Amino acid sequence: MNRLSLYIGMTLAALAAAPAQADTYAITGGTVYTLGAAGKISHGTVIIKDGKIAAVGADLPVPAGAKVIDATGKLVTPGIFDPQSQFGVDEVDQVAETQDEALNSTRYSTAFDPADGINPRSVLIPVNRMEGVTRAMVAPAGGSSVLQGRGAVIALDGLDGFVLKDPAALFVTLGEAGKKLAGGARDGSLLVLREALQDAKDFGANRAAWEKAARRPYALSRLDLEALQPVLRGEMPVVVQADRASDIQAVLKLAAEFRLKLVISGGAEAWMVADDLAKAKVPVILNPMRDLPEAFESLGASLTGAGKLQKAGVLVAFETGDSHKSWNVKQDAGNAVAYGLPWLEGIKAITLNPARIYGMDKSVGTLEAGKDADVVVWSGDPLEVTSFADAVFIRGQAVPLTSRQTELRDRYLPYVKPNPPALPPAYPSH
Amino acid sequence: MTLRQLVPAALSAAVLVLAAPAFADGQSDTGPSEFPPDPFPSTYHALPSVPTLIRHVTIYTGTGIEIDDGDVLMKDGKVAAVGKGLNVPAGVLVIDGSGKYVTPGIIDVHSHLGVYPSPAVDALSDGNELTNPDTAQVRAENSVWPQDPGFNTARAGGVTTLEILPGSGNLIGGRSVVLKNVPSVTTEGMKFPGAPYGLKMACGENPKRVYGSHGQFPSTLMGDVAGYRQAWADAEAYDREWKSWMKDKKGNPPARDLKMETLAEVLNGRVRVQMHCYRANEMATMLDVAKEFHYHIAAFHHAVESYKIPALLAANGTCAAMWADWWGFKMEAWDGVRENIPMVDAGGACAMIHSDDQNGIQRLNQEVAKAWAAGNRAGLHIDAARAVMWMTLNPAKALGIDELTGSLETGKMADVVLWNGDPLSVYAKAEKVYVDGALVYDRDDPKTQAHSDFELGMMGQTGGAQ
Repeated sequence: MNRLSLYIGMTLAALAAAPAQADTYAITGGTVYTLGAAGKISHGTVIIKDGKIAAVGADLPVPAGAKVIDATGKLVTPGIFDPQSQFGVDEVDQVAETQDEALNSTRYSTAFDPADGINPRSVLIPVNRMEGVTRAMVAPAGGSSVLQGRGAVIALDGLDGFVLKDPAALFVTLGEAGKKLAGGARDGSLLVLREALQDAKDFGANRAAWEKAARRPYALSRLDLEALQPVLRGEMPVVVQADRASDIQAVLKLAAEFRLKLVISGGAEAWMVADDLAKAKVPVILNPMRDLPEAFESLGASLTGAGKLQKAGVLVAFETGDSHKSWNVKQDAGNAVAYGLPWLEGIKAITLNPARIYGMDKSVGTLEAGKDADVVVWSGDPLEVTSFADAVFIRGQAVPLTSRQTELRDRYLPYVKPNPPALPPAYPSH
Repeated sequence: MTLRQLVPAALSAAVLVLAAPAFADGQSDTGPSEFPPDPFPSTYHALPSVPTLIRHVTIYTGTGIEIDDGDVLMKDGKVAAVGKGLNVPAGVLVIDGSGKYVTPGIIDVHSHLGVYPSPAVDALSDGNELTNPDTAQVRAENSVWPQDPGFNTARAGGVTTLEILPGSGNLIGGRSVVLKNVPSVTTEGMKFPGAPYGLKMACGENPKRVYGSHGQFPSTLMGDVAGYRQAWADAEAYDREWKSWMKDKKGNPPARDLKMETLAEVLNGRVRVQMHCYRANEMATMLDVAKEFHYHIAAFHHAVESYKIPALLAANGTCAAMWADWWGFKMEAWDGVRENIPMVDAGGACAMIHSDDQNGIQRLNQEVAKAWAAGNRAGLHIDAARAVMWMTLNPAKALGIDELTGSLETGKMADVVLWNGDPLSVYAKAEKVYVDGALVYDRDDPKTQAHSDFELGMMGQTGGAQ
């Protein structure tokens, strides 16, 4: 345990005694990447007060009573925002009792929203936040309908009000997974989406008639139709899983017809239609390390895809597809940079861009006064696989750099060193 | 055990080399096999090469040593010299390695390339013969599709040798095959000459789930263990029968049983057990079974709880092949920690990275870097050069080919990677990859970048490692 984390550990012990008390912090001396108008600030100071960023600048005076985090020689960025996680709804993948990420139901589809099923005490949350993940979209994954349901954005502090935006997006599966659910043909899954949107539109315009049963029957339940209203108003993004270039083009057409706020997820071949995506201002959530023709719908997967998308003007965000090690979006971004994405864009792809995709960039994603204080102090380049988070703040609170994994590690570490303890590791004495 | 516990980590390599034959005792027979020779002999030949000297380069030798501003000479497919300020022989191709790094070729002991290839469609998925919990008679090489594009992307990631294993659905899954990562129309053309076969075995949840869910044996861990033991007991009897016939060769030889033959070859020390096993207590149980039947477990694979038992692994001369950070996808992976590899290394056992993944295999250097950095964060203070052993010499040991490859030592196969930066960085790329001294991949020369038949005309040569 280094001195900084020890300090934070002690701070947290104090916090635990008085949880309502929000401390004031001054992170000093680090290289601050604000991702805002101020750009990069050498010898920057970040002041955190009452859960917000109070000020950011070069060598700012430290407020009286502030706890000082010396970040000399370190980098400071906004926290990592996972754009498509299953935090709190997925504990052990192969233990069904711990899974709440997918609804297998013929009654509900778009209305499904895992938000109320999120367990903020999930073991996965401390494991990831100690590595710098501070915020996440909790999205449905799988289920029996191409219309998977909605997702919520959470803070990874597990504190009151950790659900920050709900519902925040609708999730739809097209491509090979979608066609399997919709009767075996790609067009089938598009028909499901089209009919749902048409029905929801009709329902929205004729509620009174529907209540009197004076309207044609709809394919979706009332709750599903209600859930689609903000989508039709263009307020709620629709995140569509699609890899093949032609699938992406098909849904671009549909999105234009219904004026949807479209986001592509997966996007193995998105770079091949980068100009179409840029023109339609459609962001892409992808894993930039995919480069194999793992399916007939991802033959064009390429390590250079993320860089090409960004160059074409497409907003990109990175995901790992595995919430157990969501922090590996750092590695995603590092590899994308190695294959052509500018470094700062790599940082944005895991911090600011997800906030923009879900319309939360007014409150998070940059280090600017007034923003929620999701801040990470890194031991070195955050995109480097050998760098770690040395201090993590979520909504202005320092979070402990401990997890079930560090407890296991610390339990067994003495036994791999000379003079191991005589008693079994189960005893807490050492 | 207590003695070996005290052996410093740096000496554990020597201990392992000594330990392995000791555990193939009892019925061990290192002479010619009583069984017919390999029915699928290697046709591998080194690709054409020119003598090459890489100069002024940082070398991680694979033996735990770092040489700054060093030189590596490759000649006739072998490492001819490693050191500082080597003479430049006439007619040698000289490459300036300033600012760059050299390592031995990466070795992955756990790959399913070819048996679970890309694209992942049912017609090409041939890795698990899930029709009986013991299929020791099958061979992964008979399922390998050499056109898997993953071989090429792995090569671009610096992988020069890899073990292809059957899947983990069976207690005894079948023979593995060790391949040189060169493009070839046939699998025989990739087979690593002289590399022993492995036998894939699996502990834990997979076999009992696959068979238990059909109401078949085994459906519990105790069923798993009874299954292994009966298989070994049968193999002992079979081997006895053959050895007895071999004495005077009177009458007809015993009927061949391919399943028993593979198991008997394990008991005779010619086939190496590579065992999928997550939990510490199950690994301990398997080491007991190995003692009961006098065979040796070369390595536990996945081995998520190895950090709980490094001394036990060291005492048995059994390696652990691990991921850097996979955890939580099933109960037996619930206790994963990021320091598994460094803790096993620090505890004196033979530790290594493995991929089990067509994407991870392309970045094993990054996976090693993650594990190394996590160990250092936990205060284990391991040198970078030692961490490089986790992807080079230690996997060579697990495969029984460490006298042939896995380190940059004079006389060994010139399986070499030139990196454009420190390989323990996310930004480093394999720039040139050599197998037996032949340049099999050059990032700057498209003519040396192989593409599989499958990729032709599918996407106009986009995709793949670019």
